[in-house]
Amino acid sequence: MIESAQRLAWRLAPQLIALIIILILCRLVFPGFYSIEFQNGRLYGSLIDVLNRGAPVALLAVGMTVVIATKGIDLSVGAVMAICGAVAASSSVRGDPLVLTLILTLGVGLICGVWNGFLVSVLNIQPIVATLVLMVAGRGIAQLITEGAILTFNDPGLIFIGSGSFIALPMPVVTWLLFGIAVAVLLRLTALGLLIEAVGINRRASTLSGIRTPVLLMAAYMLSGLCAAIAGIIVAADIKGADANNAGLWLELDAILAVVVGGTSLLGGRFSIIASLIGAMIIQAINTGILLSGFPPEFNLIIKAAIIVIILVIQSPKVQGVMTFLTVKSARKRDVEQTAQ
Amino acid sequence: MKFKTALASATILAACMFGSASAADLTIGFSQIGSESGWRAAETTLTKQQAEKRGIDLKFADAQQKQENQIKAIRSFIAQGVDAILIAPVVATGWDEVLTEAKDAEIPVILLDRTVDSSKDLYLTAVTSDLVHEGNVAGKWLVDTVAGKPCNVVELQGTTGSSPAIDRKKGFEEALKGHDNLKIIRSQTGDFTRTKGKEVMESFLKAEDGGKNICALYAHNDDMAVGAIQAIKEAGLKPGTDILVVSIDAVPDIFQAMAAGEANATVELTPDMAGPALDALEAYLKDKTEPPKWIQTESKLYTQADDPQKVYEAKKGLGY
Repeated sequence: MIESAQRLAWRLAPQLIALIIILILCRLVFPGFYSIEFQNGRLYGSLIDVLNRGAPVALLAVGMTVVIATKGIDLSVGAVMAICGAVAASSSVRGDPLVLTLILTLGVGLICGVWNGFLVSVLNIQPIVATLVLMVAGRGIAQLITEGAILTFNDPGLIFIGSGSFIALPMPVVTWLLFGIAVAVLLRLTALGLLIEAVGINRRASTLSGIRTPVLLMAAYMLSGLCAAIAGIIVAADIKGADANNAGLWLELDAILAVVVGGTSLLGGRFSIIASLIGAMIIQAINTGILLSGFPPEFNLIIKAAIIVIILVIQSPKVQGVMTFLTVKSARKRDVEQTAQ
Repeated sequence: MKFKTALASATILAACMFGSASAADLTIGFSQIGSESGWRAAETTLTKQQAEKRGIDLKFADAQQKQENQIKAIRSFIAQGVDAILIAPVVATGWDEVLTEAKDAEIPVILLDRTVDSSKDLYLTAVTSDLVHEGNVAGKWLVDTVAGKPCNVVELQGTTGSSPAIDRKKGFEEALKGHDNLKIIRSQTGDFTRTKGKEVMESFLKAEDGGKNICALYAHNDDMAVGAIQAIKEAGLKPGTDILVVSIDAVPDIFQAMAAGEANATVELTPDMAGPALDALEAYLKDKTEPPKWIQTESKLYTQADDPQKVYEAKKGLGY
């Protein structure tokens, strides 16, 4: 137990250090960054904003991690968010009860996942191409549902999911924390996680050794669709309306980035959902920090890119190799000196 | 009634005599960019309404954001021998050839909402709004409203580098010039969307002492303002009272916010570009009155005093 906890800490160390450095930088550009107040029955402050605004990317990153671990990728999550937001809004406007709206929306997300899974696992189309189909078509489907306009709704239950609060935390934060931990625990306490890694490392060998690869792949894409559906509901509920043109736009890239910053290889295999969640928070902390800093908006993307390049360079195998070499060398030198004394 | 009939028959008679068409039997082609935003959907609806009202046969072509589709549509309009062509050009360049074809066929072309880089004699006129002027109207309203009191303004910009963002910023800053009581303390992009408008406003509120330091918000479009209003409410402040809200576009949802007292003013970017265009066209066909090369649409200011609920009801059905 202690050993596995130690291993987890070792695995998460680069991400945690990066997050801490980013948070310190945020504090430098905006002195009030760490202040948290209790207001209107919920916590209120920039750190809470990071957790809250990072919710969509964090949720997408959960599904994306599993898909990437199977050596796949899901480019359609942003578009699926738009579809699901549109479905939720139109269902709510129609006057459906909240439970039906949620079942319908999550169902649509799962169906989108089934479509991607079918293309990848049954037809054996390369994941990047297979999911590109829905990425392009999905936004059109969402626009058909909303008829091109921003569909606004007033159901307090649905709005609560986006801007309500539970035990003093905003609902989106509670949602992604619980969902992320639940998936991580499910995958690690059962053999599922191991099987997913096996498929990602060598699909053929996994199939030959008796793993039902198509089912597993299908499940991975369905999980990704489900995550996108939840993210879509949150984003729509947050602004009390479904914006088919902009909901989830480019978020698939942020989700992939979160997974990569989290240290999971795009080549599949070993993965860590917790690390991806930290990755999502790193990205959001950068975003929030830039907004609070008061720099002109022209710099936003440049600053974000520069920070991410630094993080990725530190994590790259070459630099890691050099670091290990240096630490080992200095340790040896110390040993030698000690022996000499 | 009789007089009208007589007038109509006289017009038809005159039309036959001079060989030119009257509005009653005009056929006009309209090449629309697509339906990428609610505003454009409203523009399409209003163009169709205007044509119907004037008894014009409107041939509508949706280009789905592609110039090649627009050029195809224009060629087919020319082949059909329409009396005039309306274009909302998707890009500014690459129109010379097809516009020359239209000119050779003696079909007048009117540009809607955007202009092109071609020579001015290739089209009859262009009907567009003035983005700088819109920002200016919003700025003037704020200057008049605060009436000399010190006021810190936060600005939600449109997509960085887009011409509405640049021009609406410029116009607003021009209006504020010389009024030192008004200061833009923070300016950040909200990408013209509600989600980003809300997120950026949240950061403004945190950065400016929980919003106590902010007296007014200027958003480059209504959608960002709608998002920001929610952020202000969630921070425990009253939008419209604690923080004045002025934005541009006049989409239906901002009128709902104005009716609820949560937004103060909006400057209309009218989707009715076809009205002035068809007025100019009819005058041109009737007696060859050359319209000016640029017809600027009105940038009307709406405030809470303009019965926002009624405007909302009127705008709701336009497809925004």
